[in-house]
Amino acid sequence: MAKIHIPTPLRKFASNQAIIESAGTTIKDSIATLTDQHPELKKHLLDDTGSLRRFVRVYLGDEDIQSLEGEATPIDEKSVISIIPAIAGGKQ
Amino acid sequence: MITSTEISFSKAELERYSRHLIIPDFNIEGQRKLKAAKVLVVGGGGLGSPMLQYLAAAGVGTIGIVDYDVVDDSNLQRQVLYGLDSIGKLKVEEAKARLLSQNPHITINTHNTLLNSDNALDIIKDYDVVADGTDNFPTRYLVNDACVLLGKTNVYASIFQFEGQVSVFNYTDAEGNTGPNYRDLFPTPPPPGLVPSCAEGGVIGVLPGIIGSLQALEVIKVVSGVGEPLAGRLFLFDALSFTTRILKVHKDKSNPLTGENPTQTELIDYVQFCGVPAVEGATLERPDKDLKRKTVHDLVNYREQGVDFQLIDVREPYEYEIVNIQGELMPQGEIENFLGNIDRQKPVIIHCRSGKRSTNVIRKLESEHGFTNLYNLEGGVLAYVDEIDNSLPKY
Repeated sequence: MAKIHIPTPLRKFASNQAIIESAGTTIKDSIATLTDQHPELKKHLLDDTGSLRRFVRVYLGDEDIQSLEGEATPIDEKSVISIIPAIAGGKQ
Repeated sequence: MITSTEISFSKAELERYSRHLIIPDFNIEGQRKLKAAKVLVVGGGGLGSPMLQYLAAAGVGTIGIVDYDVVDDSNLQRQVLYGLDSIGKLKVEEAKARLLSQNPHITINTHNTLLNSDNALDIIKDYDVVADGTDNFPTRYLVNDACVLLGKTNVYASIFQFEGQVSVFNYTDAEGNTGPNYRDLFPTPPPPGLVPSCAEGGVIGVLPGIIGSLQALEVIKVVSGVGEPLAGRLFLFDALSFTTRILKVHKDKSNPLTGENPTQTELIDYVQFCGVPAVEGATLERPDKDLKRKTVHDLVNYREQGVDFQLIDVREPYEYEIVNIQGELMPQGEIENFLGNIDRQKPVIIHCRSGKRSTNVIRKLESEHGFTNLYNLEGGVLAYVDEIDNSLPKY
């Protein structure tokens, strides 16, 4: 199964796991499997229509899925998917 | 801008920078460019501390520092530019004094202000490169947009708990091609409350040292023209697993500043921008509008008068161990497991550290579970320590 990297701010909604294996043949499937396993993640990643929220970036390997086929981008067992959060800390 | 050929060095400077001058690919030409450069560091905190120290030590000729804050004891866990004698003093002044004692051959400009849409262009226009070490989304977007509008490179870094990000935005290479900016990576900010700040979520003390040093390195590379800046790429560091990754960042055609149909030609209201829910068409509503509140003095009065009420603390257990005000612990993330423990009749005062998380919990309990008897403790534990019991620790 493909591996999904969970960023620090979202780990508390994913049983504190950094990497989760998730079944599916496309990015959309894989994220859907992930949010089925961890329902708390759903509202952070997906909007009401089930599409990825605009402030969430998803990468396949080192490439932004928006530069590939978006959520329809095919994945395989060796795929490494990363969810990249906007984080703002630095001064405090 | 002074061209680097007009730059000369004193004997003391040549001796000071000798380790740079003997690097074949850096040499005196790189050092001249550093001395000619004007770099603005926004935020003199966790990232700013190491960055300022290395930029000053390296001999960046003019360094500007923007910060409105004073040094607090809790800063010293990671803001290594300051010491005990700095507490209560302006960060920009303390930083200036320490940096000049480290390197008297440079100029430090202080901007003791909060960067905002009214002053950002005026402050940034006099610098060549901006290094963003702030701690909130409105300022991140403000710095980005001001840099894009003024054509300045924005060396970006950000940290949260054990995670760091670095990139070089709006960098124009030798061929005149300008790379992506922050809005290409994150077109919209997350909705308020979704991503906690470092003040709420914490940060491991060494992390800003690592990430701020990488940021300083990218500033030096951009200024000196040595090496390949991290433009069009995002560096990620996960300290827990010691994993580093570099991802590609592409230009976004819908970027309102630099996309195919730009719609934004000036700075906007960034507080409002970042307060807008990410869901299009939703109305802008301040998260605390209509919130029922109690002050810490109300809480004390309730106790003294023997009023029958419930006090709930929605922080995490490890925060409760640092300090508590005898609330019942029901952490925000697990609040739905405690629904049966929350009274529906008597007044229920909910608190956290500063009042943000408790606001979110009240919103959720009201909208999803029909509670009508909830009050937010204004200012949370911090206000309680300040106004009621100074012997308790703040964090």
